[in-house]
Amino acid sequence: MPASASDVLKSAAAIAKGMGITFKELMSPTITENYPDEPPKFQERYRGVHVLQRDENGLEKCVACFLCAAACPSNCIYIEAADNTDAVRFSGAERYAKVYNIDYNRCIFCGYCVEACPTDAITHGHGFEVAGYNTSTLIYRKEQMLVPLPPKP
Amino acid sequence: MTFFVITLIKAALWAAAILLSLLYLQWIERKVIAHVQLRLGPSRVGPHGLLQPLADVMKLLLKEDLTPAGAHKFLYLLAPFLAVSLALVPVVVLPFGPEVEVFGVRTALHLADLNIGVLFLLAVTSLGVYGTALAGWASNSKYALLGALRSSAQMISYELPMAIAVVAPLLLANTLSLQGLAEAQGGYYGGWIPRWNVFQLPAPQIFGCVIFLISGFAETNRVPFDLPEAENELVAGFHTEYSSLKFASFFMAEYANMITSCAFATVLFFGAWQPLWPEAKGSGYFPTLLFGLAGLVALYHGLHPARPKDRITLPVVALAFFGLAAVFLIPVVRPVLLPVFWFVLKAGSLLFTFMWVRATLPRFRYDQLMAFTWKFLFPVAMVNLLATGLLVAVYGK
Repeated sequence: MPASASDVLKSAAAIAKGMGITFKELMSPTITENYPDEPPKFQERYRGVHVLQRDENGLEKCVACFLCAAACPSNCIYIEAADNTDAVRFSGAERYAKVYNIDYNRCIFCGYCVEACPTDAITHGHGFEVAGYNTSTLIYRKEQMLVPLPPKP
Repeated sequence: MTFFVITLIKAALWAAAILLSLLYLQWIERKVIAHVQLRLGPSRVGPHGLLQPLADVMKLLLKEDLTPAGAHKFLYLLAPFLAVSLALVPVVVLPFGPEVEVFGVRTALHLADLNIGVLFLLAVTSLGVYGTALAGWASNSKYALLGALRSSAQMISYELPMAIAVVAPLLLANTLSLQGLAEAQGGYYGGWIPRWNVFQLPAPQIFGCVIFLISGFAETNRVPFDLPEAENELVAGFHTEYSSLKFASFFMAEYANMITSCAFATVLFFGAWQPLWPEAKGSGYFPTLLFGLAGLVALYHGLHPARPKDRITLPVVALAFFGLAAVFLIPVVRPVLLPVFWFVLKAGSLLFTFMWVRATLPRFRYDQLMAFTWKFLFPVAMVNLLATGLLVAVYGK
């Protein structure tokens, strides 16, 4: 309990300081994100739904080497490889991924696949609204994750 | 006959005003505390969460009304009723303004000018402790009982410094009527400094005012004196077992007590409806200026929105403010609205202080709470009263 006048003054000054801080905070802008109304802001390195990249020619970077599937601790990546032909060419190298599925029921977003990829084909995007009424809808196909082709000029 | 009609109209008006302000006080409090914590506060129900109070009331109405086994049925029912009705009564005597003439009828703005208004107010507000004590005792729950015990002890202890702090301005004004108190604080020193009791010579009541406000925090069980409902030890204190409308009654009672406390402080220390500076020097245009400025700020933020929705909602708010500003320029309503404006502005600032303190200070420990009032507040209030008495006796009024 404040016994002396200086203690009382000190306590009063401490309270005044605290009140000053809260008033300053009251006047500063809020930092709340308005999520459903506006897109949320993520850090650049946020690990969201995967994005399969294309090279500068618009070809898929993925060469179906299976390193991501091997690195995956929850075994959620399924790949079927096929050979490129001169007539139909999907990727720059010899092979391409005919089927590339990621099962988001099992993916733990650890990022090992991204680290393992030798061609930087698989990356983490900022998608996070992965929810469904049916587990089968959570198995994403290659077409859902591939970067869309830039419009032809 | 006309007396009854006018009184009925006034009663209806003030009842509507007090109930509406009870609802929205809670919204304002949530907003203030949210913004202190850099959050937005209620924002989903209606624009800027303005319909949140209605949603809360609807929710509470639809909840199951439980009476715990072993509760004393009658007292269990009586307690919330007592709490809320006694909390709403004091509005009857609050002086919102001087006698005014509306549509050719001369009337005072308040419902009743009791010649013992101060005593009435003190008596009714202290009766509120019965609601708390009965609620804790009747609900057959240890947490409720402990909360009620704490609350009763706290309210009785803080009543003492509060009452003593109240006596000092009475010495200055020489009356127990609230209207008399308000009128005694009219006039200005040097044409500018108001003769409110905080500034009143020969004994400015600065300490008295602070003591009264601190006791007010304790009387209304607000942070930092909210031990009766200390969540981490007592669940919810005296109203642990209450649900539905009974819970809402206690909630309303708390906010009504806050309003009473602030209004009482306004009357005792801040000159009730007396303007901050003389009417002759243009204080009558202050409301227009204030609301106009608020409107401009809202308009600016509407044109530079932080969120897309603000582009629509904030200009509407600005329009409402401009409308209010214009209303204060209509000559017919000015004599009624101006005193009410000053009263509400002062009481509102004090209410904001209540919220501000809630957002800042942590809760007292129980022994600290008791030591604070008995060893510090009570002696200081006593010294303040003696000094005031001495100064009034020596220098006169």
